[in-house]
Amino acid sequence: MQDIATTEQPPMVLAESVTKSFGSLKVLKGIDLEVGRGEVFCLIGPSGSGKSTFLRCVNHLEAIDSGWLSVDGDLVGYRREGNHLIELGGQEAASRRARIGMVFQHFNLFAHMTALKNVMEGPVTVRHMKKAAARELALELLASVGLADKADAYPSQLSGGQQQRVAIARAMAMEPKLLLFDEPTSALDPELVSEVLEVMRNLASGGMTMVVVTHEMAFARDVADRIVFMDQGVVVEQGTPSEVLNAPQEARTRAFLASVG
Amino acid sequence: MKSTAAAPSRTGPGTPGEADRSALTIVRRPQYGRWAANAVLALLAIGIIASAVLNPNFQWDIVLKYLTNRTILSGLWVTIELTVIAMSLAIALGVLLALLTLSGDAWLKTFAAAYIWLFRGTPLLVQLIFWFNISALYPEISIGIPGGPTLFSFSGNSITPFMAAAIGLTLHEAAYMSEIVRGGVLSVGHGQGEAGLAIGMTRLKAFRRITLPQALRAIVPATGNQVILMLKTTSLVSVIALPELLYSAQIIYARTFEIIPLLVVASLWYLFMCTLLSIGQHFLERRFGRGFQQPGGTI
Ligand SMILES: Nc1ncnc2c1ncn2[C@@H]1O[C@H](COP(=O)(O)OP(=O)(O)O)[C@@H](O)[C@H]1O
Ligand SMILES: [Mg+2]
Repeated sequence: MQDIATTEQPPMVLAESVTKSFGSLKVLKGIDLEVGRGEVFCLIGPSGSGKSTFLRCVNHLEAIDSGWLSVDGDLVGYRREGNHLIELGGQEAASRRARIGMVFQHFNLFAHMTALKNVMEGPVTVRHMKKAAARELALELLASVGLADKADAYPSQLSGGQQQRVAIARAMAMEPKLLLFDEPTSALDPELVSEVLEVMRNLASGGMTMVVVTHEMAFARDVADRIVFMDQGVVVEQGTPSEVLNAPQEARTRAFLASVG
Repeated sequence: MKSTAAAPSRTGPGTPGEADRSALTIVRRPQYGRWAANAVLALLAIGIIASAVLNPNFQWDIVLKYLTNRTILSGLWVTIELTVIAMSLAIALGVLLALLTLSGDAWLKTFAAAYIWLFRGTPLLVQLIFWFNISALYPEISIGIPGGPTLFSFSGNSITPFMAAAIGLTLHEAAYMSEIVRGGVLSVGHGQGEAGLAIGMTRLKAFRRITLPQALRAIVPATGNQVILMLKTTSLVSVIALPELLYSAQIIYARTFEIIPLLVVASLWYLFMCTLLSIGQHFLERRFGRGFQQPGGTI
């Protein structure tokens, strides 16, 4: 990151006029965004504004309808041939997605595997690491999220906060260039929110590039480099936390911030 | 309750008088209702068993004689063969039909729905007789390129009772298996496969590693039931004169008129096979239930 050449490298995420519809419902109406390397980028906005959809487009869990969306200079679900973007399939699409980590609102830990196996699964089956090495990596990552003693627990035996921390360790095991978080604390009991945010703070200070959809304004204020306010499929306003949270320019932003307190 | 009167002291635990109090014997409430039900059912069971054992009409000596009779054993073998073949093919075909249903393509879905509608909606007995008499409809079945060479040809007349039975049982069972597989896959949350994709798995790998093992938790017990059902359903093929277990018994009693003892012989074998299958099913359920029924772990 300290490299002088950093300025020459493409941004981690580059979105230009990205649109996406579900049937006749236009969910993204031309999104332009740029996430720099090592940046923590918080997406806020009312429910239904298209935040999750945008995040899912970034790692191609949803296919965009038009526009340009690249991660670290590479198109995610497509390859370019002249004026055409050809959708990738199978192995190629999967391997481009492998280094974009995603943390879900409902954790989505593999229910039939222990915490340790959850974290090992990617390294072993996708990165083709040796079992012993993957196990060591997984134990290290579990320790880094404070769950060394829960390696053999199944997800059903863990609290929500513990499950989410395992999910973060699972994403980290793929050595991601970029981590996407979709409301990672929204499904948690209030007293469990801070343990997950703590882990995320550590990742941010370690230089990880993160795009975080969140309703935790205190976290956004503290940790984010940039905050984007989205509403009804468009970016309404963006800037530093103090610009967006303390001196919002748009009426819609002010109304939203008033509603979340 | 009387102990409170005997120990009126208000001293705390650990004092001399207290030691006795904690050593009191607890007397459970008598459960007269449960005892009565047990007694009635025990008497009933004894009565039924005694009536069967002591009733000379059961002819237990004849039962014993035929239990390992060659015709019976070869019938048992046909029953096992039919069960294994029809069930394996039905599972494979059922998985294919379930994939069509889950594909999201309207026409593929319609095709699978039509199959299930037809084979689940008509009696198996009719289907078996139909396949046995297929030559009346199609004297010759061949697959080839119109105007070109024939790739495969089969005379309807050469269909054996065993083939008719295997085809009939398979096609009928596949309709049920596809519903079981579909239900199992749908019981696994959509987020599971998606989490697999997110760590870089292909769709196929995510299905194989993440969705399928969890779906099996629902599929295995239901399939176990179907195997047990199939074992007994094979007795229906006696109508097309295939000498499986029941028909073998019928062959013998048609000659000797020892109807009841031979039906008992067949039933004892069916019971024995079902018992083995139930034990196997128990172990399979434990194997595929990992992560869901950990001791003290389920919420
Ligand atoms: N798979 C889908 N099919 C149809 N509509 C969808 C789908 N996913 C999201 N939507 C719709 O898109 C809109 C934006 O949803 P989402 O991106 O989840 O918003 P947010 O995360 O900001 O709350 C909502 O109206 C939602 O109902
Ligand atoms: Mg959302």
